[in-house]
Amino acid sequence: MGRYEFLEDVALADCAVEIEGRCLDDLFETAAAAIARLMVDPATLAITVERTINLEAPERDMLLYDWLSEMIFLKDRDSQIFPHARVRVTGEGPYRLTADVHGGTIDPEHTALGADPKAVTFHQFALERASGGWRARVVIDI
Amino acid sequence: MKITESLRSTVKRVDDCIWEIPPEAKSGMLVPARLYASGPLLEQMDDGVFEQVANVACLPGIVRASLCMPDGHWGYGFPIGGVAAFRADSGVISPGGIGFDINCGMRLIRTGLTEDEVRPRLHELIAALFGTVPAGVGAKGFVRLSGSEFKKVMVEGAGWCVARGYAWPEDLAHIEGRGCLPGADPEAVSARALERGMEQLGTLGSGNHYLEIQVVRPGAIHDEDAAHVLGVEGAVQVFVMLHCGSRGFGHQVGTDYLKVFDLAMKQYGISVGDRELACAPFRSKEGQAYFGAMTAAANTAFANRQVITHRIREAFAKVFGRDACALGLGVVYDVCHNTAKLERHVVDGRERELVVHRKGATRAFGPGEPDVPADYQEIGQPVIIGGSMETGSALLVGTARAMAETWGSTAHGAGRTMSRAQAKRRIGGETLIKDMEARGIIVRAASKSGVAEEASFAYKDLTAVVDTLHRLDISRPVVSLTPIGNIKG
Repeated sequence: MGRYEFLEDVALADCAVEIEGRCLDDLFETAAAAIARLMVDPATLAITVERTINLEAPERDMLLYDWLSEMIFLKDRDSQIFPHARVRVTGEGPYRLTADVHGGTIDPEHTALGADPKAVTFHQFALERASGGWRARVVIDI
Repeated sequence: MKITESLRSTVKRVDDCIWEIPPEAKSGMLVPARLYASGPLLEQMDDGVFEQVANVACLPGIVRASLCMPDGHWGYGFPIGGVAAFRADSGVISPGGIGFDINCGMRLIRTGLTEDEVRPRLHELIAALFGTVPAGVGAKGFVRLSGSEFKKVMVEGAGWCVARGYAWPEDLAHIEGRGCLPGADPEAVSARALERGMEQLGTLGSGNHYLEIQVVRPGAIHDEDAAHVLGVEGAVQVFVMLHCGSRGFGHQVGTDYLKVFDLAMKQYGISVGDRELACAPFRSKEGQAYFGAMTAAANTAFANRQVITHRIREAFAKVFGRDACALGLGVVYDVCHNTAKLERHVVDGRERELVVHRKGATRAFGPGEPDVPADYQEIGQPVIIGGSMETGSALLVGTARAMAETWGSTAHGAGRTMSRAQAKRRIGGETLIKDMEARGIIVRAASKSGVAEEASFAYKDLTAVVDTLHRLDISRPVVSLTPIGNIKG
């Protein structure tokens, strides 16, 4: 997996995160781990749920936007968080994502809760090639 | 967005607490940007505020100036504390000028109880409230709705709650717009938004959202006459304050339309300094669809705060053994701070229809305005400003000056000065909860780390914000409220 870092000096009331991956698939997998970590302590989440997610977007960055938005959507609709993902991004526009995600349902008695993200913003939103792979910056409204 | 120190350096003082960035300061600015702040509050604003308030000044159809209230801080798109009015006939509407939490707002409920009556049962009361008002990540409400019933909520807002027994009929008069904004269009809402929000009615959320038990301390009433009109009878009276919004439903509406506007801008030949300011002409197909969906979310937020009010009344009745009516649990007021509304304001001596965006800014209509409740006509619309969970909040009223200066708008909170991570490094959630209990404030929270993020040192001094609003005469302080109990997500 790649690496992610929550940034402190961007949009104080929200949550900015920088994500790096060796390839696009790796970056998307790391992004899922980052947003899951924002919402809960994954160590306190029983991994009991598997799903397959398919997305399509006209641009690569919009695919990332939709991917993170899907994680937020599933948190609200199904109370489920997915720290682990196997992602495959294909296509040259439109871009397609197929992901097998593993996670669990929030149990308020056992799951250490974090922030409750509302949405992915376009503020400073970027997905770009970097030396050795890909890098993204995302500000999440919490 | 590149943050430049140079924009801060272009700010000129035009009055005691009014500062201006001239249109020449940044390419594309159509009007000046105005920041309302005392000198020290301006100093505390982060550089992002100056860039963002200038970006808003570049949007098509903006009237007079792009404004930032004294609690302004770096947000996304608009700054938090941003206010801007656009011509309804030729201007734009922007989801980034409202925020994802559509109609996030404040509600204040009075009680006929004193601190002496509440204090012995405070732990029990906080536990009852924590048990009955779901909070935190993934929480679901107790109201079960079909899709068609949820669409009624979108159209009727708090009024829907009356027929369902979740509201007293007299509650509606004390809600901005009577808890139902016109123009809601459920057909403009996506199926995903419905799915996401349908089970969340009556939930608090997380972040800086809270439900607080507050008390009026001796010396905290600043305007006896206005306080009396608002049902503040004296020191030691207990109040309940609520801060939350439209939950996942509104968040999804914002997400959906941000993408729509991102594409539509090309079609309308609009470019923006921050992609989060994606916008479309208000009268365009996309603009009208968003306005209909956004209003549906705003009405759902009114219903959300109303359902929570119902649960608060139930909890008080259970703990104190008297019904909520006998306990005097009436709504003082409910006010939005994340909306765009069609309003009529005087521009260059002529009344015009404007789309007034308020993002982290509260409407503050003055005495005599038609949308101010009949019993508050003489004092102006109540303004509820939430402070930090440790230090307290404030009740103010709108003024005629606000109508003339800020499109009838004022601040909404204290404004952050520290990142959430910094706050968590400085104090742990458990430690803060214990500290607060030692000071007489009982806290129950779904997330301990979330409590640490909301520590008082992460915010500006609310007194300084309120004093500045008073000096500007865009709202008038009535009473300060001190927390004694807090429920957080």
